[in-house]
Amino acid sequence: MTFEPGARVRVSDRPHEGHHRTPGYLKGKTGVVERGRATFTNPETRAYGEDGLPERRVYLVGFEQRELWPGYELDDRLFADVFEHWLEDA
Amino acid sequence: MSHDHDHDHEPVGNEPEAAMRPRALEELLVEKGVLDRERIRARIDWLVSRTPANGARLVARAWVDPDFKHRLAEDARAAADELGLDVGPSPVTLGLENTESVHHLVVCTLCSCYPKALLGPPPEWYKSLPYRSRTVSDPRGVLREFGVELDDGVEVRVVDSTAEIRYLVIPRRPPGTEGLTEDELAALVTRDSMIGVAVPRAPERELAQSSTSGGG
Repeated sequence: MTFEPGARVRVSDRPHEGHHRTPGYLKGKTGVVERGRATFTNPETRAYGEDGLPERRVYLVGFEQRELWPGYELDDRLFADVFEHWLEDA
Repeated sequence: MSHDHDHDHEPVGNEPEAAMRPRALEELLVEKGVLDRERIRARIDWLVSRTPANGARLVARAWVDPDFKHRLAEDARAAADELGLDVGPSPVTLGLENTESVHHLVVCTLCSCYPKALLGPPPEWYKSLPYRSRTVSDPRGVLREFGVELDDGVEVRVVDSTAEIRYLVIPRRPPGTEGLTEDELAALVTRDSMIGVAVPRAPERELAQSSTSGGG
């Protein structure tokens, strides 16, 4: 699945055993795609000695801090690079 | 796991477990021919030879050359290459430009990803659990503890290096630095300002006075 800048996306909160690069505090949270990055080998398989192929695209996603943390009062944002297979349309 | 190799796994002196584990791993990788000690040593030597002075040179150039700043934001390794800096086999690194209205702050909540090729090894606090957990949820509180107080109107953007990309903050050029050379500017750029927890040093008073009198 590809995402255009400005697309609203949700970070999947599916359970996952083993190494992955999706921080727990973002799982289930909704953000906006800032831009697509390059494709990279998949750390979830590469961590176990495999080649990490096929490469997956990474997206820079922006989150409103007030949507991440109860009581956060200002319009600050948090950005993270999230692998495409952890993103869903929102 | 077979255990027919002939070395032992006894601790060396009072070696902590956290040090014993990578040592055991290194011994095994060397024994199995995956790595050799010279390569490990060369990589460590290279890593510790990197210092924040490398990143500071990039920032100083970015301050005097807006086109370079743009290239630094898009690909810091290529930008470093332009200045003749050796970035080795380092990950993709991007510059994050701080402006009047946006302040970037870098963290790695999952481990301790850091632009080592440009800043050298990370400080201990960068790897600590309190920094990693509090920076995402209370960035302004963390900044305050580092002595940076931002207006509510300035957007704080925390960038969590979660995946494959490393980040280098391009701090704002301090006022009163109009007359400085690129080397003098680089001397103002601290490691912490390139992580985003500080602002660059202020120029020496005499310089500040002489350049502000020019109406800057």
